[in-house]
Amino acid sequence: MRLIAQIGEWLDRRLQLAAPIREISEHPVPKNTASWWYVFGSAALVVFLLQLVTGIMLAFVYVPSASEAWNSLQSLNHDITLGWFIRALHGWGSNFMVAIVLIHMVQVFLFGAYKFPRELTWVVGVFLLLMTMGMAFTGQVLRFDQDAYWGLGIGASIASRVPFLGSDIVKLMLGGPIIAGATLSRFFALHVFVIPGMLIAFVGVHLLLVLKLGINEWPMPGRLVKKATYESEYRELTHKDGAPFVPYAVWKDLFFAAFILLAVAACAVFFGPFGPTGQPDPTIIQTAPRPDYFFLWLYAVLSFLPPSMETPALLIGPVIAIGALLLLPFLSGEGEKSWRRRPIAVLTILLIAVTLATFTHLAGYTPWSPHMNAWSSDPIPARFLQHRTALERQGALVFQAKQCHNCHALGREGGQRGPALDTVAVQLTQDQLIRQVIQGGGNMPAYGKNLSPAETTALVAFLQTLHPAGQAPARDASRAIALGKSGEN
Amino acid sequence: MSTDSTISRRTLFMKMGILFNGLVATAVAVPIIRFLLAPITRGRANGYLSWVSLGSISQFPEGETRLATFQNPYVTPTDGKTADTACWVRRVEGQQFQIFAINCAHLGCPVRWFPQSGLFMCPCHGGAYYQDGSRASGPPERGLFEYPHTIRDGLVMIQAGELATPGSPTASLFGKKSPCA
Repeated sequence: MRLIAQIGEWLDRRLQLAAPIREISEHPVPKNTASWWYVFGSAALVVFLLQLVTGIMLAFVYVPSASEAWNSLQSLNHDITLGWFIRALHGWGSNFMVAIVLIHMVQVFLFGAYKFPRELTWVVGVFLLLMTMGMAFTGQVLRFDQDAYWGLGIGASIASRVPFLGSDIVKLMLGGPIIAGATLSRFFALHVFVIPGMLIAFVGVHLLLVLKLGINEWPMPGRLVKKATYESEYRELTHKDGAPFVPYAVWKDLFFAAFILLAVAACAVFFGPFGPTGQPDPTIIQTAPRPDYFFLWLYAVLSFLPPSMETPALLIGPVIAIGALLLLPFLSGEGEKSWRRRPIAVLTILLIAVTLATFTHLAGYTPWSPHMNAWSSDPIPARFLQHRTALERQGALVFQAKQCHNCHALGREGGQRGPALDTVAVQLTQDQLIRQVIQGGGNMPAYGKNLSPAETTALVAFLQTLHPAGQAPARDASRAIALGKSGEN
Repeated sequence: MSTDSTISRRTLFMKMGILFNGLVATAVAVPIIRFLLAPITRGRANGYLSWVSLGSISQFPEGETRLATFQNPYVTPTDGKTADTACWVRRVEGQQFQIFAINCAHLGCPVRWFPQSGLFMCPCHGGAYYQDGSRASGPPERGLFEYPHTIRDGLVMIQAGELATPGSPTASLFGKKSPCA
């Protein structure tokens, strides 16, 4: 022990770090900030460190070449001892990091921590969020599989919509005219050097600001922030009702950080690494690419925007969103901090959370996409075929063979792009069905050129059987009168 | 007095040093920026587009749409499989062809051809196109991208080389199709 103490003394005489470290760790914080609500920032930092360590380990094996990357991931998954575990830790660490950074941001927003004098801390935090999202996207590209390849295609399609410069931006992004070797190399450089370097620098500034300005005090309803008096009030608070950060508050950070690391490791063990999915071969087109969960909401939004709104929304939306986040502390730098007296702030968070959760949920089962194989793999449930005429059954065959099932469900089987047809006969008359099939409309393609008259007749005959038992199909009353009959023709 | 003049001399040297560094930094920055912009400038100088063959005309039966693949004319040694590209070849009749990019005009996902219903469908956001590439339904604003093509010595040739996106030459070489084309 004495030897260790001597070595420590020898080092500190030269480095002179012990005193500043003690000062930093024992700086006084308001007692009520030693709360479980204040642990998310340090947890994000710990997960970031985990990402650095596991990322470096993956780089020992990963080959950033379009021809080898996928194979090197297979080798990590299957050949190298515990390679799968390191990949799983890195993948789950990424998911946890995005989630914790977002929770940290919500907590900081609801506790009014972005107000004077911590505006810059918030602004740096917004950039840290953007870099975290940048790491998530570039990381998904490095898992160079089908999703990564077509995900890059989606990114390029969005970038190409920039007026005048679109084509040039795409080439800069891809490192050439197509998604290929140069693309993966530059995303590797971004993911491994550029963004982490910036992240480390910005995390440093973020932490420095927290130390210099002090941690945000627990917001009390009615205690308003005023630029003229806040700093002296905060000083008084930390002196009167303060306690040293270590050990008074730090133990909760330590416990939570350990819990999060354990959760990441547990997910890694139980759920394993992410992919890679199929090989990044652009000639294999039997694929339905989808992004990782943190971009699923965007994937859903892109299917719901009207075509004319899409380009403006894609190009202007992010500018407005980021601009609003950056301007927030300057527009609302003083006043009430407590979320109990900021109903609009709470409602904004709830609205954003519900919106993102809904879109993410929808992206989980993509009701807007045709089920590409429904026509050949989802049979029509038997109850729709029993007691049917030969013509009606022929119509059911047309329904399958012409891929109607890809977009329309029957008995919950099939696509959800168009409406389910279980009771379509109640809603549309025979003439309306024929018109809809032949001319399309309402976001349905026209099948006039691809159905013979016989096929159309059979299909419509089948569709007319789709009504609940005991409920008659819709019919055109005027037609019956014109034909002088009471029944159907 | 002498001390003052020494300080101003030192200050002068410092300023000259800063200026010197500024000049050198500018000189070094020029090639660095040119290097960074190379993907754009290279395309402008030589053009990324070239004529490539999709194979013999006899591989494409009249009235049918078939998947064809070609190697991108601009390749680097590490491209691997990503240098290959797929496209849909529709032989209308005789020498009349339509050759569509695989990428959906919405966000670039690979569209699939369904000959039974005569539709191209996109798995991502549900864009659909008729057999002539015109928009049928879904979020795309326009029809499929088409490659310029020609028949030379019995081979179907297309002018390709860039990822088909709304901003690429492939998109602008052929105008937007009306929804009812």
